[in-house]
Amino acid sequence: MTQISASAGHGNAHVLETSDLRAYYRMKYFGIDREVRAVDGISMHVRKHEIYGIAGESSCGKTTFIKAIAAAIRPPLEIVGGQVNYSFIDDDLYALSPARRTAIRWQHLSYILQGSMNVLNPVRRIHKTFEDFAFRHMHLPRAEFDQEVRRHLERLRLPAEILRSYPHELSGGMRQRVCIALATLCKPEFIIADEPTTALDVVVQKDVLAMIRETQHEFGSSMIFVTHDLTVHANIADRLGIMYAGRLVEEGRTADVFANPLHPYTAHLIASLPTIGDRHTRDGLHGTPPNLADPPKGCRFHPRCPLAMEICRHENPALTTLAEDHRVACFAASSDVLPIADGKPNQPEALEVER
Amino acid sequence: MIAVLRDLFRYNGEFAIGCVIMAIILGIAAASFFSPYEPIDSYLVALDAPPSLEYVFGTNSRGQDIFWQLTFAIRNTLAFGFIVALISRILSLVIGLISGYVGGIVDRILMSINDTFIVIPLFPLLVLLYFVLRDDMTWFVLALVMAGLGWAYDARLIRSVMISLRTREFTNTSVFSGMSMPRIVTQEHLPYVLPIVFSTFMNNMNWSIGLEVTLAVLGFTDVDTPTIGGMIFWANQHSAMVSGVWWWYFFPTLFVTLTFIGLFLLAISMNEYIDPRSRLDRMGNS
Amino acid sequence: MTAPLLHLDGVSRLYKRGGLLGRQEFRAVDNVSFRLEGDEPQIFTIIGESGSGKTTLARMILNMVRPSAGTIFFKGRDLASIRGTGARRRFMKEVQPIFQNPFEAFNPLKRVDRYLFMTAKNFTEARSPAQVEAVADKALNNVGLTIAEVRGRFPHELSGGQLQRVAIARALIPGPSMLIADEPVSMVDASLRMSIVNLFRALRDDLKVSIIYITHDLATAYYVSDRIVIMRKGEIVESGAARLVLDNPQHPYSQLLKSAILSPDPNGRGVLTGDSAASQQARASPHPAALETEPQSY
Ligand SMILES: Nc1ncnc2c1ncn2[C@@H]1O[C@H](COP(=O)(O)OP(=O)(O)OP(=O)(O)O)[C@@H](O)[C@H]1O
Ligand SMILES: Nc1ncnc2c1ncn2[C@@H]1O[C@H](COP(=O)(O)OP(=O)(O)OP(=O)(O)O)[C@@H](O)[C@H]1O
Ligand code: SF4
Ligand SMILES: [Mg+2]
Ligand SMILES: [Mg+2]
Repeated sequence: MTQISASAGHGNAHVLETSDLRAYYRMKYFGIDREVRAVDGISMHVRKHEIYGIAGESSCGKTTFIKAIAAAIRPPLEIVGGQVNYSFIDDDLYALSPARRTAIRWQHLSYILQGSMNVLNPVRRIHKTFEDFAFRHMHLPRAEFDQEVRRHLERLRLPAEILRSYPHELSGGMRQRVCIALATLCKPEFIIADEPTTALDVVVQKDVLAMIRETQHEFGSSMIFVTHDLTVHANIADRLGIMYAGRLVEEGRTADVFANPLHPYTAHLIASLPTIGDRHTRDGLHGTPPNLADPPKGCRFHPRCPLAMEICRHENPALTTLAEDHRVACFAASSDVLPIADGKPNQPEALEVER
Repeated sequence: MIAVLRDLFRYNGEFAIGCVIMAIILGIAAASFFSPYEPIDSYLVALDAPPSLEYVFGTNSRGQDIFWQLTFAIRNTLAFGFIVALISRILSLVIGLISGYVGGIVDRILMSINDTFIVIPLFPLLVLLYFVLRDDMTWFVLALVMAGLGWAYDARLIRSVMISLRTREFTNTSVFSGMSMPRIVTQEHLPYVLPIVFSTFMNNMNWSIGLEVTLAVLGFTDVDTPTIGGMIFWANQHSAMVSGVWWWYFFPTLFVTLTFIGLFLLAISMNEYIDPRSRLDRMGNS
Repeated sequence: MTAPLLHLDGVSRLYKRGGLLGRQEFRAVDNVSFRLEGDEPQIFTIIGESGSGKTTLARMILNMVRPSAGTIFFKGRDLASIRGTGARRRFMKEVQPIFQNPFEAFNPLKRVDRYLFMTAKNFTEARSPAQVEAVADKALNNVGLTIAEVRGRFPHELSGGQLQRVAIARALIPGPSMLIADEPVSMVDASLRMSIVNLFRALRDDLKVSIIYITHDLATAYYVSDRIVIMRKGEIVESGAARLVLDNPQHPYSQLLKSAILSPDPNGRGVLTGDSAASQQARASPHPAALETEPQSY
């Protein structure tokens, strides 16, 4: 909470900055009372013209984090603490009125939802969907708009005929590219992409990633790119953040993280990348993913960690800068890593009010 | 079920207010069974008496007690809306389900019929029917006609939900679990469709009551069955506004508005409860 | 000689594309033939371009879509001759699907055990609740779960990996001789991915189930599969023993595919290497004649 830079909104090179962001699923309707701490104290920033990658295993909270920064919160998900600052607004995102927030979301952000390929409107042809999404925002005459759409599809290796199809007439990979096209068509300042390339073959995936990089260069957008596929990160992300159980456990320049992973979990992820030409039996990570409704005390990785020490069971390691641009939260990485207060937000009431 | 209602009442303001309003309305409708007068009898009480202790809502120029008159009117109007909504919901559910699940040529035929119904201009058609049928245009016939006209829009909605459900992967899982098609539709898909049916039920009641009132005010219905619209019609006939008998207008208008609000509140609060998305949110790891 | 487990003979599927005006036909699957022998269970991988007809092919093998031309034989029986509820059931008892998205494979409003129990009731002898549960438990044990972990749970209460394993367990209940898995690992992380493909191996070796594994992930394909076909634009462009094909691809598209695999080296600079211009050219080139004559039985 202390390091919120007052200048976040004013012309420094950070497009997005979150500080100690906490987003919980709180269910207290109809007698049930439960709290899933899916995002629990994440502080990070995204620089201008940067692609920031987020990786981590299933259900570690990647999508939830993204929802929180994309202002796509709805019950039972709640922001219980922390701040989200964008360079194009001069206040905490959650200090704004809901209407303002929605406006900002439409105006500046472009959000590719996870699995959005499955939620394309099944009774609308693709070109209608493009009109619904983009026509009003592009301020182009009809003919030019159509041409722009076609050109854009071309870049994603989609034939223009698909515009006249219904979603169920397209293959999974085609639908996924349609979603990418929808999100990048309007040249947004900030793109948030949640697992956008899972259903693509490697050739198309490579082209699509190249396209994304190109657009991002051309328009100077910044981007958060979420995927569990580390090889994709290796090829597209400038910096990489690794999440585990609702927390950021390591962050650094992609090359540094790959060359020198400091957190045992990151090391495991990188070591377990399957490669072609390899027929050794490989195992997944031992143990089960933590239950976020009742996360382990101390370092959340300790029940599965090969290096776990006594302190790990009780204390939560702080995300500490150990090398230039390289932060890690692990006691084994260095003695500089100190514990911070665990679990619950420090003063829940105060935070509530702040919001 | 009871627990759900209790929780709805406790946590959902709209639902509570809607319930209270509808309870009052239903109470008044129920009172009609204890009315000392027959609804169509006239010149039973003093004419044009303003609201007083004896005649709570006053009396009209036809010598009827407006309170008791209103009890019948509300009862008939509600029953009217209910019947229209019930029949048209059944129509739209059946047609939407079949069209969406079976698809292909069946879908195309049903949807072209459906689209015809959507574009038919309702009001002139009803007026025309009134002139054709005249005395045969009873309260019940009107209800049937309106039900026959009111299903189309929601059938299309249900169809599109069904189409998207059909393309969901869990439908295939159900097929390969050996479930039969009727079973898949009723057990796997209906939970997504019923909320639409419920919430459009209230909306459809509102729509049909509104239309009936409009028609009745203009005299295009069977004015001998007391309905809220019919009361306003008679008030117009007797130039009640000019002669200062405002209560003749006021109470029917008040109660029909209350009915609208009550139904509307129930529709949105039920919506929130039954909507599969919010239902998912509520299902915790209990 | 016994009939092969699966035999596709010149299978094509046409679709019409576009609106009412200017409809054009195109071949989503074009003259595909291959055989899967029954004596030795195997993992048969289909890899290919996005939109090359893999899912369409899988749906035809599952008898959900009919071929426009050609015949599919399952254990010597033409799939087109399967009509009526009884025959369909008998077919589903033999061939079961596993889908891509574990979170979508079960109705979010229903408990997942429901599908296990339904399958057990419809496809096995089990009748009483206790028997049904025993059958489900046995299938779950195959995938490293127990009924206690699954009973009464809704899909969102299980992790993606657990759900995918429950989906596999459900498919195993009827005792099928073939599973069709359409991109079963594309939505899960690397570590879950490995545990699922390891599971496939175990199913092949222990339960003698043949698996048709459709994927974009060449690494796991190489790791688990016995045979592989590579598809492009509805056609099979190359096929053979998985290791041979992937180690030494012959067709330009296969080579392109292999060269396009992203590698984490050189230690992830965050920049794409390799020029996409060259790859575009390779893709635009017409099919080499040499490979077009190929599709007999492999
Ligand atoms: N609507 C919800 N209600 C309750 N809990 C939820 C809800 N959505 C997600 N969760 C829980 O929050 C946690 C984080 O989920 P999230 O979707 O953010 O994971 P993820 O990292 O995106 O995973 P994946 O790689 O599978 O997409 C999970 O434990 C999940 O069960
Ligand atoms: N019902 C349909 N109507 C019209 N065209 C269809 C239909 N289903 C599939 N197609 C078309 O057939 C082609 C092959 O689609 P299919 O889904 O089989 O591809 P795929 O190989 O599974 O691709 P992906 O890897 O992206 O999932 C695509 O061009 C698609 O548009
Ligand atoms: S802090 Fe301890 S338990 Fe956590 S990752 Fe480091 S060594 Fe392992
Ligand atoms: Mg996610
Ligand atoms: Mg597919």
